[in-house]
Amino acid sequence: MKAIEAAGVWKYYGDFPALRDISVSVEPGACLALLGRNGAGKTTLLKIVAGLSRAARGRVAIHGAEPRAQAARREIGVLGHAISLYDELSALENLRLFGRIYGLEDPERAASEWLERTGLERVRDGLVREFSRGMRQRLAVARAFLHDPSVLLLDEPFTALDDRAIALLQALLRQAVEQGRTVVISTHQLREALELATHVALLVRGRLAYAGERTAEMLEDTGWLYRHYGEPQSAPPPGARG
Amino acid sequence: MAVPALRGAPVRTPARRPRLSFVRQVLTVASKDLRSELRTKEALNSSLAFALVILLLFSFAFEPTEAQTREISGGLLWLVFAFAGALILNRSFARELANDCLDALIAAPMSGAALFLGKALANFALLLAVELVCLPVFGVFYNVHWTGRLPSLLVVIVLGTWGVTVVGTIFSALTVNLRLRELMLPMLVYPILIPCLLAAVQLTSPLVMGQPLTPELMIWLRLLVVFDVIFTALAVALVETVMVR
Repeated sequence: MKAIEAAGVWKYYGDFPALRDISVSVEPGACLALLGRNGAGKTTLLKIVAGLSRAARGRVAIHGAEPRAQAARREIGVLGHAISLYDELSALENLRLFGRIYGLEDPERAASEWLERTGLERVRDGLVREFSRGMRQRLAVARAFLHDPSVLLLDEPFTALDDRAIALLQALLRQAVEQGRTVVISTHQLREALELATHVALLVRGRLAYAGERTAEMLEDTGWLYRHYGEPQSAPPPGARG
Repeated sequence: MAVPALRGAPVRTPARRPRLSFVRQVLTVASKDLRSELRTKEALNSSLAFALVILLLFSFAFEPTEAQTREISGGLLWLVFAFAGALILNRSFARELANDCLDALIAAPMSGAALFLGKALANFALLLAVELVCLPVFGVFYNVHWTGRLPSLLVVIVLGTWGVTVVGTIFSALTVNLRLRELMLPMLVYPILIPCLLAAVQLTSPLVMGQPLTPELMIWLRLLVVFDVIFTALAVALVETVMVR
């Protein structure tokens, strides 16, 4: 059974087709780098896979279940553009809240463990609104991983992270891939994503321009994919380095 | 296009996890909302201040000793409750916009009904707290003996407040992404609340004057109960559609 399967997915914002007939499937244990320029449809596709938005046409399944099914949602960990944490609650209260919502047996212990792993144990009772940006991002990473998801959906996870948070996230993602979790990363940070990815998908103006294994060629020249499958006569995005 | 699995990777099978009972989900959301609100007091302070100011201003407009004032006092009271409620209800889902918290809740394995009822319960508790503070102030300003029929009055207030809360909470979810949500929420909610407010006013006016509920008034009580049941059921059925678009 595929970890993620999208077949003929269309999504419109008004009359504008943000996604056009996207069909892509991800086997369990794969790490897919979802690439594309701003407005290509990466976030829209991730939101549909995460069950946060509905496709106008087409079908999406997580381990064979519809994304809004509770069984599917229990298996998904989402890290979006924003941290999705409550400013007026403490770090511990935030993680404990999501631990309870995800039905963890011991939310307190899980929260404490993740605070320790993310280096936030010292400020566990501090309110999130008093945290620095890097601390908030690390806490967001802890929230996404807290319930031990088998499918991780990460939308621009490296954006606005400090060095420490980037190192932490990369280590966690490497570990997740090694443990056979399915990871989908949407990003402009090609180097970081391609180093982790086993597979690559490129979206161009809502269409799937490329999907396949990540090759050594892509890693050596991160602009290669955009030059061969991106829009004609377009330079690689600023994040691309040779 | 299929993306094959990394060869040799130990494939992780989804683990079975215990489900959180529906009631615990509701209580988790409600306690989170109450804790957040008690820390910031944004909605509570503005709602309470607004309600007290209106009560004070209305008391200047009417002569408190006149019997007519006491007859319409139930209407005045529910007008204040409805306006104060809008301030609390507007914050209900707007609170989730900061940091995209709503996305995390929608993505979580929790039914939309549990999320809705948890939020409605928190709003109900907050609005009820504002109302219970307003009642003695109302008694002083309008010279009414509201404690004479307190148990019956509390039943009416609880039923009326749940009606206001349940309709307001679902429309708060519907309008949360609108730029003019502070304006749109009352405009959408008040027309729908007319039967609920009408019944609550009809029942409150005699009670605050110390008169019992006569058999003729019981139809309003039944209307209030039916309104609450119908709109709670409708909101629970529709909330998933409202939140995931």
